Amino acid sequence: MKHFFGFVRKEFHHIFRDRRTLIILFGIPVAQMLLFGYIITTEVKDARIAILDHSKDETTRKIINKLASSGYFIIAKYLSHEQEIEACFRQGTVKEVVVFEPDFAQKLQNEKMASVHLIADASDANSANLIVNYTGAVINDFIAKENTSSALPLQIISEPRMLYNPELKGVYMFVPGTMAMILVLICALLTSVSIVREKELGTMEVLLVSPLKPLQIVLGKVTPYIFLSFVNVITILLLSNFVFGLPVRGSITLLLAESFLFISLALSLGILISSSTSSQQMAMVASMLGLMLPSILLSGFIFPIDNMPGWIQWICYINPTTYFIIILKNIMLKGLGFISVWKETAILAGMTLFLLMVSTKKFKVRLGGK
Amino acid sequence: MRTILFILQKEFIQIRRNRMMLPVIFVVPLLQLLILVNAANMEMKHIKICIVDNDLSSSSRLITGKFSNSKFFTLQCHTFNMEDARRQLENDRADIVLHIPAGFERGLIRENKAKVQLLINAINGTVAGISNAYAAQILAGANREIIMQWYGIPKTQAASAAINIIPAFWYNPDMNYKIFMVPAILVLLVTLIGMMLATLNIVREKEMGNIEQINVTPIRKIHFITGKLLPFWIIALVMLAIGLLIGKLLYDIPMVGSLPLLFVVAGIYLLAMLGFGLMISNTAATQQQAMFVMFFFILIFIMMSGIFTPTDSMPHWAQTINYLNPVAYFMRIIRMILLKGSGFADIYRDFLILLGYGITVIIFAVIRYRKVS
Repeated sequence: MKHFFGFVRKEFHHIFRDRRTLIILFGIPVAQMLLFGYIITTEVKDARIAILDHSKDETTRKIINKLASSGYFIIAKYLSHEQEIEACFRQGTVKEVVVFEPDFAQKLQNEKMASVHLIADASDANSANLIVNYTGAVINDFIAKENTSSALPLQIISEPRMLYNPELKGVYMFVPGTMAMILVLICALLTSVSIVREKELGTMEVLLVSPLKPLQIVLGKVTPYIFLSFVNVITILLLSNFVFGLPVRGSITLLLAESFLFISLALSLGILISSSTSSQQMAMVASMLGLMLPSILLSGFIFPIDNMPGWIQWICYINPTTYFIIILKNIMLKGLGFISVWKETAILAGMTLFLLMVSTKKFKVRLGGK
Repeated sequence: MRTILFILQKEFIQIRRNRMMLPVIFVVPLLQLLILVNAANMEMKHIKICIVDNDLSSSSRLITGKFSNSKFFTLQCHTFNMEDARRQLENDRADIVLHIPAGFERGLIRENKAKVQLLINAINGTVAGISNAYAAQILAGANREIIMQWYGIPKTQAASAAINIIPAFWYNPDMNYKIFMVPAILVLLVTLIGMMLATLNIVREKEMGNIEQINVTPIRKIHFITGKLLPFWIIALVMLAIGLLIGKLLYDIPMVGSLPLLFVVAGIYLLAMLGFGLMISNTAATQQQAMFVMFFFILIFIMMSGIFTPTDSMPHWAQTINYLNPVAYFMRIIRMILLKGSGFADIYRDFLILLGYGITVIIFAVIRYRKVS
């Protein structure tokens, strides 16, 4: 046992000696949280649009003012010809052109119907769709207000309630995913690289002939990373609570226990990768492609799984991160208890057992040859 | 000149000998284009709705019918029990719950107004906002029909003045999100391969101690660096070509603009990224270190470049920082050239900035590089 603790101490020394990696390790969660909390948003805000007003009357001016003051749009340009639209889009200066037909106000008054064309640069289909939707909403809102004088009978009033995230903050979406990503990064990537590094530099031989048992070597290697991961989990939770006002609604003990389960899973993946590769570069590429990318893109972190084609959904359901994110969302954001996540927990536990068995079996005591 | 050729030859032999390189060069782009492009889809398809109808009147049935006929919603369940619906929401089996309370129709007729409640899972705020807007739109439609039924007024009068909104989606009338993602994935590919592999390659020589042997040879600094970076510059451009080909074959992405212009821009962009890579390899002692530093910066660069989300929506200070983000320039330009056919005149400002940027970074990195550690 004394040998073992000595070995763990050596590993901690290795990690703490490398200041730069350490700073980055603690910097990544902070930078990510700030990035997702403040910068990355899927909403439309300050979208640059242009106006082509063939009518130039009181009503169109009112609508334009409404668009400008809605906060969604910045009116970047006033055009006077249809031909200018193409050039605007090609230079990428605006994303939508709002075209009012001639005699807009007059038609609205006499025929009760006037047309406005919303021409969007749909090379970005997603934001084009959002922008057109928002513009439509602003215009509809305007006309509804104009109509209130002749109020209709039998009004159905809808009372929307935004559950779990009443202020519609973007950061809610990203906290669980960030946490999962950081754990994969530290546990799987870092662990696999640090074990393979010993192999590549030849120091693994020294360890293997030492009185330490192979299991102790592996445990000693991973212990510091378990510690680091927990520090990161707590950093993320503190940040999300104090900076973004996103408290853990459910039980923190349960959350930490689930995190521990996921950490063990990621560590066994890391050990598996390290025993199947022989160079650091290979281990990095394997963990980047096999673990990082799927855990960012194929886990429901950024993109909803429901939207993906069937065969990719299968990959998502093999990906352990998917389940961890569901668990985190349920506990952190919805404040649900263990009953709501027992299925996901069981799946993760099963995966962990399986991976641990495979990786301990594959861990080679001898180098090279058989 | 001959020295450079020899170094290049050595590097290419080493790259070819490296077992990892070949799969990386050929499999990675295919995988990324296949999986990422299909996965990265934020388009909203069906909002799963659960309707709790405690009224069971003709009006509430009309509303239910409107929702189940709408192309935005799929009716997930129809129940009388609010608890039931809540559980569906908690389990993510429904995104939205519409509650029509008992006595809804009676209230509507007696008091001229009645309330319905919408419970929306708002963890994804944007989706929640849009779901709410769609639901309101459908309720308004149902409302109009109910008015017509009760008062028998023809449609034209029930509808007061309205503005007819006619949307048009240029460059992509089918609203295909994939053609937006393919260029972005190509940027990712070029960046990862160009910068990452080049940096790791240099640091590996350092870590293994080979670099000292090279440093004691009469090879000049500039030759060594050229020999190290040029292969990856070439590989990255070849990958771009392969990626474009795959994109064309698999997704039929439009290539409206000039491809030579695109490659010139890519070449300049790579100068900047390789320069950054060289700077990182100057300071890193181990591959692990280099990888983490790179991962950190690439992640931020790429996320801020507008790969998934519009850069216009970012706060102003972030947009200002983005002037220093080379990925943002390339991301914008590649989409403009491929999808909209923008020519040099349209992009010359971004082009010049990127050119200045690339030259500055690479010169700075070369000056900072020391043969003697």
